[in-house]
Amino acid sequence: MSVPTKIRASMAGGAAEVKILMTHPMENGLRKGADGKLVQANFIRNVTITIAGKTYLDAQWGGGISKDPYLAFRAKGVKAGDKIVLAYEDNAGGKGSTEATVG
Amino acid sequence: MNAMRRNVLKGAGGFGALSVAVAAGLLKPTRVLADWNQSAFNATQKDAALSAIGGEGAESSDKITVKAPDIAENGAVVPVEITANLPGLESIAILSEKNTNPLVGLYKMTDTDGYLSTRIKMGATANVRAIVKAGGKTYTAAKEVKVTVGGCGG
Repeated sequence: MSVPTKIRASMAGGAAEVKILMTHPMENGLRKGADGKLVQANFIRNVTITIAGKTYLDAQWGGGISKDPYLAFRAKGVKAGDKIVLAYEDNAGGKGSTEATVG
Repeated sequence: MNAMRRNVLKGAGGFGALSVAVAAGLLKPTRVLADWNQSAFNATQKDAALSAIGGEGAESSDKITVKAPDIAENGAVVPVEITANLPGLESIAILSEKNTNPLVGLYKMTDTDGYLSTRIKMGATANVRAIVKAGGKTYTAAKEVKVTVGGCGG
């Protein structure tokens, strides 16, 4: 099951501004919980963003990305109506993907 | 029907080979499908992280801007914007130099305008450094962020 992910992609000045907000604890394995024990590492390691079948962004993340990761960039050469797909994988091999349309 | 059977057999064969590779320790199960630069992300010193991503000896560039707050009251959420005005942009890496694991993110980018915005954790007052690969060369820029309360838990 995919983590809740919001994707906004809107055309602005010939490029698509892509904004991503994922819901994820991004535990780096260094933080102590209320019981004084380290909270097990649980973070997204790979995120790829594909628009109309072409990969624009291929990211690797460490535990230093904030909880509920936010990411924005601008993709050139795309048009309204193109399909945008975000796929991710976490440090335990959990995977998911979310689709949206460039508006 | 027959074609389907072939596919099933092919799939099984592929899985078998993969299992052997995993068993032999050639591949860790979580790394089979996606690349993750383990040595770079697990590095505990800035210099080790830089060399693991080929970022040592990067040339300072005024074509890169690192936008981040001067003072971050909450180190758990520090907004960072990188803009790299360099032709042939290949990748942007973000480091928070004094974090337990300095490398925060590594972004391969194709046909973007060089802008990247995200939010990172910072353990202590440090430089936020961008390492940018473009046109086969490596460039860098940094900005110091004063952190009031660290956000890495370490």
